[in-house]
Amino acid sequence: MIRRLQRGAAAAITVIAAAVLVVFIGLPLLAVFLRVPAGTMVDQLHSQIARDALRVSIKTSLVALAFIVLVGTPVAHLLGTKRFPGRNVITTILELPLVLPPAVAGIALFAAFGRMGLLGTQLHALHIRLPFTWIAVVMAQAFVAMPFFVRQAIAGFGSVDQHYVGASRTLGAGPTRSFFRIEVPLAGKSLTAGATLAWARALGEFGATALFAGMLPGVTQTLPLAIYSEFSATNFDSALAMSALLVAVSFVILIVTKILLQWRAV
Amino acid sequence: MTQDVREDALSVELRHKLRRFELDVRFALGRETLALVGPSGAGKTSVLRAIAGLLRPDSGRIVLGDLVLVDSHRHVRLPPEDRAVGMVFQDGALFPHLTVAKNVAYGLRPRPRGRRDRDQRVTALLERFGIASLAKARPVEISGGERQRTALARAVGRSPRVLLLDEPLSALDSVTKAQVSRELSRWLGELRLPTILVSHDYGDVVGLADRVLVIDEGRLIQDGTVDDLVRAPASPFVAAFTGGNYFAGEAQAGAGGVTEVRLEPAGLAATTARAHGKIGVAVDPWAIALVPGGPGEGEAARPNTLTGPVVQIARQGGSVRVSVGSVPPLTAEIPAERVAALGLERGTLVTARWAPGAVRLVPLSGEKSRTDSPTDASVASADAGGGAAEA
Repeated sequence: MIRRLQRGAAAAITVIAAAVLVVFIGLPLLAVFLRVPAGTMVDQLHSQIARDALRVSIKTSLVALAFIVLVGTPVAHLLGTKRFPGRNVITTILELPLVLPPAVAGIALFAAFGRMGLLGTQLHALHIRLPFTWIAVVMAQAFVAMPFFVRQAIAGFGSVDQHYVGASRTLGAGPTRSFFRIEVPLAGKSLTAGATLAWARALGEFGATALFAGMLPGVTQTLPLAIYSEFSATNFDSALAMSALLVAVSFVILIVTKILLQWRAV
Repeated sequence: MTQDVREDALSVELRHKLRRFELDVRFALGRETLALVGPSGAGKTSVLRAIAGLLRPDSGRIVLGDLVLVDSHRHVRLPPEDRAVGMVFQDGALFPHLTVAKNVAYGLRPRPRGRRDRDQRVTALLERFGIASLAKARPVEISGGERQRTALARAVGRSPRVLLLDEPLSALDSVTKAQVSRELSRWLGELRLPTILVSHDYGDVVGLADRVLVIDEGRLIQDGTVDDLVRAPASPFVAAFTGGNYFAGEAQAGAGGVTEVRLEPAGLAATTARAHGKIGVAVDPWAIALVPGGPGEGEAARPNTLTGPVVQIARQGGSVRVSVGSVPPLTAEIPAERVAALGLERGTLVTARWAPGAVRLVPLSGEKSRTDSPTDASVASADAGGGAAEA
């Protein structure tokens, strides 16, 4: 009897907890869409600040994504298929931005590439100024989003049976051809999922960008920064409209990633 | 033609430290099918991988015709893609994201001139190996036998100068296995390529291999035809491997120049060959006669006799392999009609007998048996002892 009561209580607690969580996460997301009429929202997205922010966001996040994929793929391939001393150290360093507060990432980038930074003198000599440019936005985004891609890519390459690579080699394909024709297609789902997640993270980057790139409208002001700026200026409708856009995009990205990852092997 | 066969198409000499022992082999082959057999983990696949270039041997020299694949002294090591080696992996290793046709097209050599040429050659290969209807299928959609045919077609499409088959039959069910084995035998005959066939199953290589190399713990312990292996197994392992009967025992001189071997844990074998000390006894299954019933009066202690119930009756063509649960157990191979005539079925108590001439003494590997006169056994056992000491 007592046992049955206990079991009933446990089930009830689980149901309540689930309900609390769903409401806690779902309600604010829903509120973003419901606070302001849809028509007003669309109008707000046509404002100069919103259009500039959208343009900056798309440009910088895509460039960051390209950089992440180009640099991250070979590194992930190495880490996923080879065992060597120092491998864990490299993996840990690459994963660090996952747990690092974005503000710290921004300060760190500043300390390295800023005017007074570690490489400041050298960059100045080359007439390269990074902080407060759109390149700085890309750097901040790449810094925090890289691990999302690299982790998935390492797992993806690691799960490719090296038998296939061996077979490809004995069939006359060199390492490069084997990589593109066998390993990339077989790790394709993980690579795409990782790239999608990294892109979403880059799109949402705020802290590191704010510190390292500033909030220059039309140059470094991305959507999240524009939301903050409009919110500070009490333009609540505008902030909500841009937020709704980001929620929608994030939702689509998450769904796409889930579908990609759930596709069973061919 | 005969010269063609004698010419060494591939010579292999390699040493490589594996986890439990060192692989140390040296052999050569011409245009023949060489089976490399041995228990799982004996180093067979490592030999294949070293030839294919997928494993870097600690040292060695591998030469394919006029092409030096590996020469550790001269720091030569061709990458796998430059070795003209056709490898068929155990599970086929077909690329899962490509169709059967695209798998076969993957390694075509010489490189196809345009799409037409490629498609024609792929179709020709698919037809030759009887898989034309599967061209558009994915590897997961086809059967194990079809996968092996695709893998072979793919390897042959590469125009290899040597064919390496890693356990090509072991993943197949017994019906498919027999069929693929027949096909393989025909294709290997047509291709006339130097071929190394790796297998842990003796049955897989009979009928396919011109020559058999037995490898155990990284060392070659016998090189000969299938008949050689059956007639004169170089070790207990080889005897057991070929499906013969092998008993361990201790030999001592008996009356009238006869050597008596006290078998473990029971039984007695007698032969005119001479030996002393711990020794193996091999008896061909077809040299054993079965008589229903227990041993006759005073027969229990007679040599070359074992009694026990029939455990299994397995028909193989015209003959039947009868497993007898004697101590130690044995297998007899008798004509099918004898089984009926004797009324043998599972559980029937039978007495197995064989002639002293059917007893062959086999040295125990790693142990020196003291022999009174120099027989084959003593020479071979000294070798085995030396080998063990080195290892």
